[in-house]
Amino acid sequence: MTIEHHEIYKIAAHHRFQWEEAQQSHVILFPEGMVKLNGSAGEVLSLVDGKNSVDQIVASLKEKFKDVEGIEKDILSMIQFAFDKAWIEKAN
Amino acid sequence: MATQNNGVAASVTHTQPLWLLAEITYRCPLHCVFCYNPTDYDKHTQNELSTEQWINVLRDARKLGALQLGISGGEPLLRDDIEEIVVEAKKLGYYSNLITSGVGLTEKRIQAFKEGGLDHIQLSMHDITEEINNFITNTKTFELKKKVAAMIKSHGYPMVLNVVIHRYNIGHIKEILEMAEALGADYVELANTQYYGWSLVNRNQLMPTKERIDHAEKVTNEFREKVGNKMKVFFVVPDYFSDRPKKCMNGWGEVFMIVTANGDVLPCHSARVLPNIEFPNVRDKGLMWAWQDSPAFNRYRGDSWMKEPCRTCPEKEKDLGGCRCQAFLLSGDAETADPVCSMSPHHHLIEKAIEDAQNPALQAQPILFRNDKNSKKIISGEVKDLIKDFHATP
Repeated sequence: MTIEHHEIYKIAAHHRFQWEEAQQSHVILFPEGMVKLNGSAGEVLSLVDGKNSVDQIVASLKEKFKDVEGIEKDILSMIQFAFDKAWIEKAN
Repeated sequence: MATQNNGVAASVTHTQPLWLLAEITYRCPLHCVFCYNPTDYDKHTQNELSTEQWINVLRDARKLGALQLGISGGEPLLRDDIEEIVVEAKKLGYYSNLITSGVGLTEKRIQAFKEGGLDHIQLSMHDITEEINNFITNTKTFELKKKVAAMIKSHGYPMVLNVVIHRYNIGHIKEILEMAEALGADYVELANTQYYGWSLVNRNQLMPTKERIDHAEKVTNEFREKVGNKMKVFFVVPDYFSDRPKKCMNGWGEVFMIVTANGDVLPCHSARVLPNIEFPNVRDKGLMWAWQDSPAFNRYRGDSWMKEPCRTCPEKEKDLGGCRCQAFLLSGDAETADPVCSMSPHHHLIEKAIEDAQNPALQAQPILFRNDKNSKKIISGEVKDLIKDFHATP
C-alpha cells in the first residue's frame, strides 16, 4: 500500500521508537527484534508522531535542511519503507 | 578486533550486549523434555540473586548498551519480585519481555505488569492435543495455556507464541498454526529443537526425520501465504539438517549476554558445559568487567582461536565456526569446527545422531524429564549410560 500524503501516521502498536545514548542513534524496538536507524531515518521517524501529516513532515524537514537537494523524495521513500516494514501505521 | 601475540583476543571490545537474558530462576513447575537448561541445574538453584542484585544487573547492562530484556527461567513467575523488576526495566528504557509457561500468571499480576510497563509476553505452547502437551511437559497445563493466551490478548499485549517442535508435534504444524491464529497470535515462533541440555539427553526420542521437517516447512510457508501480514510466523531451521552451522549467538560475546539465577554471566545459554572456562559472576567484579575484560568473554571473540578447517575457510566470518558448545558436546573439543559443518572432521557424529534417532531400540530408551530428581541423578552419575555419548556430563 502506498502512503497518503495528507494522512497522519504514528509508530505502530507494540513498537517503540527511542534515542539510544550508547548507540548514538534512534532505534525501533519490537517483539523479538530491533532496528538501529541512521541519522536521516531517525530524523524523519521522530516526526512520525501521530500529530504531523506526511505533507507537514516534508515541509518541516525541507525548512530545516534547505540546502539538501531532492530531500522530499528521500523523506517519502523513508516513510514508505517504514510503513512497508510495519514500523508505522495510520494514526486513526 | 585487535589480538595479542598469544592469540587471545585483546580485552578492548566495542561490542554491546544488545540482548540481555535474565534467567531469573531455575525453578520450574513444568518438566519439559526439550528444556535447554543445564541438566545439572539442581546445583544452581540455591543462591538466587536478590531483587536488588537484579536491579543492579539491569542498570549495569543498560550502561553497556543493552536494549532488549528477556525475563526467563525456569519459570520466572515463581519469583514474586517480577513486578518490581519490570518497573525498573521500564524506567531504564528496556524493551522488556516476559518468557513464561503461563503457570502463575493471574489477572492481578498481568495488570501490575501492564501498569509497570512490561512490553510483551512470550507464551510457550506445545501442541493442539492435550495428550502431547501434558506428556511433553509432564504437567496438566493444556487448558491453562489457552486461558493465559486469552488473558494476554485482553490486556492489549502483542501475543507471541513459542512452540518447540519435535517428533511428537511436527505432524501438527498446520493445526498448531490454526490454533495460534484463532487465539489471535501476532507472532509465532516454530522453534525446531536444538540439542542442548535436556533435549540432548533425549535426542533419540525427539529428533524428527528430514522428510518431516521439510514437510513442516512447506506447510508453514503455505500458511504464511494464507495468513499474510496479520501473523508473523518464524520457522527456526534445525541445524543438524543443514551443511553449514549457525552463527551461534551472532558471535561469542558480540550482542548477547545471559545472567543466570545465581549470577553467572554467560555469552550463551549453555556455555557452562564448556571445560576449563571460569565464567564471571555479577557478585565478583561486576557486569562491565564480565562483558569487556573477563577471559571467558574474550575466549572465543573474533576468530583467532580457530583451528583448521575453520582457520583458513573462506566462509569463516559467515558462521564463525558455529557453536562452541555443540562442538564440545559432540566431539569433546570446544575449539574444533561445529560438527554440523560438512567440512568438519566430526561431521559423521551428526550423521550418526540422525541415524540413531530412527533406530527403534534407541527410541525406546526411557525419556528423561527435566526435574529435580533427574537432575540429581545426572549429577550423581546414576544415569550416566544415557549420556555416555556426550561430553556434557558434570
